[in-house]
Amino acid sequence: MNVIESGLGELIQPPDLNAFREWNRQKPKALIDKRMTEAEAISRFVHDGDYLGTELYGTVRCPMSLVYEIVRQGKKDLRIAGQGVLELDMLLGASLVKELDITYIGLEVYGVSNALRREVESGRVIKCVEWSNASLAWRFKATAMGVPFVPVRSMLGTDTLKYSSAKVVECPFTGDPICLVPALILDVGLIHVHRADKYGNAQIDGISGFAAELARSSKRLILSAEEIVDSEVFRRQPDRTIIPYYLVDAVVYAPFASHPGEMCYVHVRDETQIKELVEASTKPETTQAYLEKYIYGVQNHQEYLERIGWERLEALKIKGEPDGQPCI
Amino acid sequence: MDNPASESYTPTELLICTAARLMTDNTTAFIGTGIPMLAASLAQRMHAPNLVTVFEFGGTGAILETLPLAVGGECTFHRAIAAAGICDVMEAAQRGFIEFGFIGGAQIDPFGNLNSTVIGEYAHPKVRLPGSGGANDVGSHCWKTIAIMRQDRRRFLDKVDFITTPGYLTGPGAREAAGLPPGTGPYRVVTNLAVLGFHPETRRMQLLATQPNVTIQEVINNTGFDLSLAETIATNPPPTPEEIHLLREEIDKDRLYI
Repeated sequence: MNVIESGLGELIQPPDLNAFREWNRQKPKALIDKRMTEAEAISRFVHDGDYLGTELYGTVRCPMSLVYEIVRQGKKDLRIAGQGVLELDMLLGASLVKELDITYIGLEVYGVSNALRREVESGRVIKCVEWSNASLAWRFKATAMGVPFVPVRSMLGTDTLKYSSAKVVECPFTGDPICLVPALILDVGLIHVHRADKYGNAQIDGISGFAAELARSSKRLILSAEEIVDSEVFRRQPDRTIIPYYLVDAVVYAPFASHPGEMCYVHVRDETQIKELVEASTKPETTQAYLEKYIYGVQNHQEYLERIGWERLEALKIKGEPDGQPCI
Repeated sequence: MDNPASESYTPTELLICTAARLMTDNTTAFIGTGIPMLAASLAQRMHAPNLVTVFEFGGTGAILETLPLAVGGECTFHRAIAAAGICDVMEAAQRGFIEFGFIGGAQIDPFGNLNSTVIGEYAHPKVRLPGSGGANDVGSHCWKTIAIMRQDRRRFLDKVDFITTPGYLTGPGAREAAGLPPGTGPYRVVTNLAVLGFHPETRRMQLLATQPNVTIQEVINNTGFDLSLAETIATNPPPTPEEIHLLREEIDKDRLYI
């Protein structure tokens, strides 16, 4: 294929699909109880310099309790697939990010991210590689397919492509220029789900974002779950399984794990807390004070929730019965 | 000042109402974050009850009874026809199913190219903005892209600092040469001063209509490049009391945007 243009951005994580196949082959297929705490999951499976990805997006179904634990343990020099709001703002606020494949890091209704601005404009984030949302999701899709790239019609003709690590080639079938986005293999994926069993089978309610693709692109996958249910829930409705257990390395029982963001059908977002976070993020000192109060100053997510206050958390709950049968 | 409502709306409310009027019933429209969400909610309550809203993280056909604060929020699939994922909706756009795309940007040039990535030089940015998000995809795949933004000489530039989202790139034929789907591209730019379109041959931005109480000269003065004028230039009617009432009392009661 004739390469017409190559993005200037460095490929932060080269797509070695053969090594990924070997990795996947050795992942245990036995039914192992993978329940553990955030602290254990993060210390066992996340290392300095790892390439991480999170899902969903914005303030929705973010794996905050896992991210808080990464900040608490100070895992540093992280490389990140940058599609997020609250969770990435937290990692950037704590200056733990070294390289970014970025599509959007902002605060949606509250505007640009101060933490992103500080970290990129100061050069503490040493590498920023640009992508569109769909391109980044399709990079995960390529990995999920087990192929080194997929052809897409996004980014063509733009500086987004120029500063990405995509390539434009002449399509061997039509002769038209087409953009190839490389597979993105994550060292660690972090996903918060509505319910999981102790082995890691998982269901998500509502929009599924790119959970299916990200789960299948992760060498190590840590799930947090709003509830832990009996495996019978999955056997009874196998069509609802978005993540099968053998992709998963750790299952963390974590109600309100997306706080202060929302978890659809479970609880709404905590606007008061989000405003406090956004306000705190405007200056390094106040960011530090926020991290001190809500992350470093508490032992774990349960203590974080106690600091927020159960009365306030109860008020965020959406009334109605959950689908599964809680067994914890 | 014959219409009392004309004195009592904000520039943001005007943007929302103008964008809402461009939303057509029984069409598919990709809805970006912020003003497009309010406009879609207003359009569904006014003239376009079956506007098929499409949100990038998987919501299709939501009824916007309450205002989404996030493109992944529950409102983006409230009473929707499908709650899928980002690949599903982006692939629908890529295969030609999405007619309109409503997006914003920090800078725009005469060919409708949009910047939402950096102000200043890329390697040493003066301001690091959020980045493309879904904007590049919307501008690449939707048939007609509509940009909604404030208009002044800092935003309407002869050359943007960074092309995040493709407009007509360098002019006629450039999108097709780059491999973008034929027949797609910028359709309208809605601002607090005007509604602008693109000349069918030159692909450059041209003035189609002025907002209420705005002169053609004011629009020109607030554009950082040579703006061509359509043969006839309309004057947009101001927001109606009904539109303003819906916005303030139903759609954005908490005044998060307006």
